[in-house]
Amino acid sequence: MRKWENIGDKTIPLLFIFIILVFWQLIVDGGIIARYILPSPYDVVVVCIKIIPDIKEHIWTTLQEALIGLVVAIALSVILAVLMDNFTLLKKAIQPLLVVSQTIPVMVLAPLFAMWFGFDMLPKIMVVILVCFFPIVVNLLEGLNSLDQDLLNLMKSMKASRWHIFSLAKFPASLGSFFSGLKIAATYSIIGAVIGEWMGGKSGLGVYMTRVRQSFALDKVFASILIIIVLSLLLFEIIELIQYLAMPWRRAIK
Amino acid sequence: MPIIEDVSFYLDQNEFVTLIGPSGCGKSTIFNMIAGIVPVEEGKVFIDGRDCTGEVGQVSYMYQKDLLLPWKKVIDNTILPLIIKGESVREARKKVIPYLKLFGLEGFEYKYPFQLSGGMRQRAALLRTYMFSKDIVLLDEPFGGLDAITRSKMQSWLLEVIEKVKASVLFVTHDIEEAIYLSDRIYVLTERPARIKEEVAIHLPRPREREIVTTTQFNRIKRHILLNLS
Ligand SMILES: Nc1ncnc2c1ncn2[C@@H]1O[C@H](COP(=O)(O)OP(=O)(O)O)[C@@H](O)[C@H]1O
Ligand SMILES: [Mg+2]
Repeated sequence: MRKWENIGDKTIPLLFIFIILVFWQLIVDGGIIARYILPSPYDVVVVCIKIIPDIKEHIWTTLQEALIGLVVAIALSVILAVLMDNFTLLKKAIQPLLVVSQTIPVMVLAPLFAMWFGFDMLPKIMVVILVCFFPIVVNLLEGLNSLDQDLLNLMKSMKASRWHIFSLAKFPASLGSFFSGLKIAATYSIIGAVIGEWMGGKSGLGVYMTRVRQSFALDKVFASILIIIVLSLLLFEIIELIQYLAMPWRRAIK
Repeated sequence: MPIIEDVSFYLDQNEFVTLIGPSGCGKSTIFNMIAGIVPVEEGKVFIDGRDCTGEVGQVSYMYQKDLLLPWKKVIDNTILPLIIKGESVREARKKVIPYLKLFGLEGFEYKYPFQLSGGMRQRAALLRTYMFSKDIVLLDEPFGGLDAITRSKMQSWLLEVIEKVKASVLFVTHDIEEAIYLSDRIYVLTERPARIKEEVAIHLPRPREREIVTTTQFNRIKRHILLNLS
């Protein structure tokens, strides 16, 4: 197995996906599964390219909801995590609630949001916030906690203010975890928006998916899934790029 | 069981005094008490005759770990105490630049700590400690993590630097040779709970050459402390 270790991190999963896709293609082409039940990967890509010009609006709506939700979730998480980090009582009070909030299935909350906030963007954004909030807060809290106790003492011995301890040490020390949470949140955000849209609305990938599903256009359902995957990966990569730019010392380590 | 029991010692101006004792006997705890970051249950700390027990910010303190901030370049690490005092990065950098050469950091100021060797990192940490500019400097096993050759170079270098910048140094180590080579006086501590077993004055001439560690006088002191520690 040793020689596998020399192959790049991405080669093996890509190869694996490729094998699955070829297998899938052969099953459909060989007529083992009928095309109207399972479209082949090739068909999905062709349909996807064909429909993109028509559903640009839908994609844009979903993307907007995801991005707005993500940004709001980041802002809320940072504020809450910093407060919790500074006030132990608050941390003790809120931490269990955070976990409980994650045990409620989104599929249950999404229709409630639709009932409370109507069929515009707001309920979808709420779903995005809900799914993105938790990974960011948890990771950021862990990051803020990760500061070396000796470094903390050293700064105290220099008479550093709470603000200086936070801005010079705690916050930068937490950035790695923060971005880990952000990447998870980014990948959740698109699907969060889509789930919100399944509950009804005028525009969005989720709305489009509901329509094509009802007309049994399975190839278009799969094409939508493909678009969701691509958008999610795109957001993930953007966060990764921001992290690369924001943490130049990580590059130095490598 | 108390960590420290009845430990009493002094440090004169521009003097180099070392506390030597087995690992875990409470040396770092003594330093933490002087620096005001752990509470003192009994006893007092006086600086210039003033009771400073439990006060932070009265001494420059360096840990065994370099504790450099990985996210800051070397120069910005060394100015940390100035930033904490409220100076701007520009002002502070201007102040530290004249010292970079003396501390052997020239050419490394815009690198990140990860790009530096262990010895260079300790130099940066020492410069940061110096920039806090208190008359008393506490050094807790600053070379403990270095290999023997680097450690020996750093000891000679430290003597040179102290010669130039004039500081009163309180030093901790469990390396007898290091203690004798660097110090004017040595306090030998016992196992936990720490008590002072003996005070040894080192009357070796200064400036000290590296070869001094091979002289009979040096070895006589070494033998004496060695027997006393065990
Ligand atoms: N924060 C702490 N709480 C309780 N015990 C501690 C703490 N820090 C150190 N100790 C104990 O105090 C003793 C002395 O520690 P320390 O001062 O670090 O020793 P040294 O620096 O001489 O190796 C050790 O036995 C250690 O386990
Ligand atoms: Mg120690």
